[in-house]
Amino acid sequence: MDFVSGLRCRECGRTYPAEALHVCDFCFGPLEVTYDYDKVAATISRQRIEAGPRSIWRYADLLPVSDPAPVDLGAGFTPLVRADRLAAELGLGELWIKDDTANPTGSFKDRVVSVALTKARQLGFKIAACASTGNLANSVAAHAARAGMDSVVLIPHDLEQAKVTMTSVYGGRVFAVQGSYDDVNRLCAELTSEQPEWAFVNVNVRTYYAEGSKTLAFEVAEQLGWRAPDHVVVPIGSGSQLTKVAKGFKELHQVGLLDEEPSVRVSGAQAEGCAPVATAFAEGSDVIRPVKPNTIAKSLAIGNPADGWYALDTIRKSGGACAAVTDAEVLDGIRLLARTEGIFAETAGGVTIATLAKLAAKGVVRPDERVVAMITGHGLKTVEALAHDVGPTATIAPTLDSFAQAMAADAANSQRSPQ
Amino acid sequence: MIKVRIPAQLRTLTGGIGEVAIEGSTVGEVLKGLDAAHTGFGERIFDDDGGLRRFVNVFLDEEDVRFLDGLATPVTAGQTLSIVPAVAGG
Repeated sequence: MDFVSGLRCRECGRTYPAEALHVCDFCFGPLEVTYDYDKVAATISRQRIEAGPRSIWRYADLLPVSDPAPVDLGAGFTPLVRADRLAAELGLGELWIKDDTANPTGSFKDRVVSVALTKARQLGFKIAACASTGNLANSVAAHAARAGMDSVVLIPHDLEQAKVTMTSVYGGRVFAVQGSYDDVNRLCAELTSEQPEWAFVNVNVRTYYAEGSKTLAFEVAEQLGWRAPDHVVVPIGSGSQLTKVAKGFKELHQVGLLDEEPSVRVSGAQAEGCAPVATAFAEGSDVIRPVKPNTIAKSLAIGNPADGWYALDTIRKSGGACAAVTDAEVLDGIRLLARTEGIFAETAGGVTIATLAKLAAKGVVRPDERVVAMITGHGLKTVEALAHDVGPTATIAPTLDSFAQAMAADAANSQRSPQ
Repeated sequence: MIKVRIPAQLRTLTGGIGEVAIEGSTVGEVLKGLDAAHTGFGERIFDDDGGLRRFVNVFLDEEDVRFLDGLATPVTAGQTLSIVPAVAGG
C-alpha cells in the first residue's frame, strides 16, 4: 500500500482525493501529493531501502503509488560519479555528477514516467499520452510498450532526429506538431478536456508523475552514505525537477533517514535562449514572464514553465542561484564534461555544466561545498548540436605513412591550441 | 460574438458545455462577460488585483495573451478565446 493522504493545491490549499486530477478546480494551481509521513517513518528504514530493487522502486514508500509489479524498465539507481578532473578545471572541491544518462531510455524522464504509468494503470487508464520536448516522448513510448498500453505522443515538429526515432520505434502513435513545445503543451492541455480516458503523464497524471523526480535526491543522499550534499545544480525546463529534488532531501529527513536536517542550496541552470526563471532571478522579480524559446537545448525549451515560480522560490529560499548560458557555452559544457569525466550529455547537460562553471567562477558554487550536478540526458539524443564542433582527428588512407602524417599534423595543431 | 473554449475543470460552471459565445471588444471584457453569463468564472480566473491568476493561461486563437496586450488585447468577431490551465512537461 502507499502512504498517500491526498492531493493539495499549492496555491490555495484546497484538498482533493488521490485521483486523476492535476490542477485545482478553483484556481488552476498545481496539485501536490501529500503523504502520511508518520506512517512512512514507522515503516521506512535505510535497511529496507538497501534491500530493495536497484531502481527508483527501492523508494516506493515515498512514491505516490504502490504496486508489486510496477511499469518498470529499470529506471533509476544511476551512477553518482566523483568528478575530480572536472572539479579541478572549475576550481571546485568535492564535485559529483549524477549520471542520469544511464537510464533505460537515456534520460531522467524514465523516473517520472515509471511512476506516472504505474499510477495511471492503477487508475484504470489504457492509453498513455504526453506533450514532450523529446525525452519524455522516448520514455512514455517505451514504458507504454512495456506495459502493453497504447500511446499517443505529441512533439514539436523540429526535434532532434534521434528523439523522433527513439519515440516512433516502440509502435505507438507519434504526432509532430507544427509549433513550439508551448504550442504542443497547450494542445495537450485542451486534448485532456476532450480525451479524459487518456493518461497524459504530464497533464492529468502530472501530480504523480512529478513525484518521480524526488528519487534523484533520494539516490544522491543514499549514494553519499546517507548524507545530503551542500549544493545541487539542476537544469530547469518546466521547473518541476528542481522543486522535487529539494522536496526529496526534505522528506528524507522528515521520515528519519537523514540524521541532520539538510540545508541544500539548489541552483538552477537555463539556456539564454529560454531563460524565464534565470531572468526573474536576475531581476529580483516574482513574475515569470513567458518567452519564445530559441536554443539548441530543446529539452529545456519551455517558454512558459508551469513550475517556474516554484523553482524560483525554491532557489531563493535555499540560498542558491539561477543563471543562463549561451548555446556556445552549452557546447563547451558538453565537451568539458566528456573530456574530463567520460560522460556524454545531451544539450541540457551542457547547460548544467556551463552554468556550474559560471556559478563556480562567480564564487556562488564554492570549493568548500559538496556539490552535485544533475546530468539528465544522454548525448546521443542530440548529436546534431555537435556536428560542427567534433569529428575525426583526420581522415586517412589505410597506410602507415598516411597515419604518421596525420599524427604529425595533429601534434603541430595541438601545440597551437592546447584544447 | 467571441467563441470561448472552456476547460473540463470549469465546465461545472457552464452546465458541462465546452464552448460558449460571449460579446466583448477586449479579452478582459469577454472574460468579464463570461463571469456575468456564468457566475463563478471571475473568482477562478482573476487574482485579487484583477489580473489573470498565475496558473491560468488565456489564448486568443493560437497566441498566449501575455504575449499580446494581456486583458486589454482587442478581439474581433470570429476569434476564439481558450482558457487553459498551465501545465508543463519536458
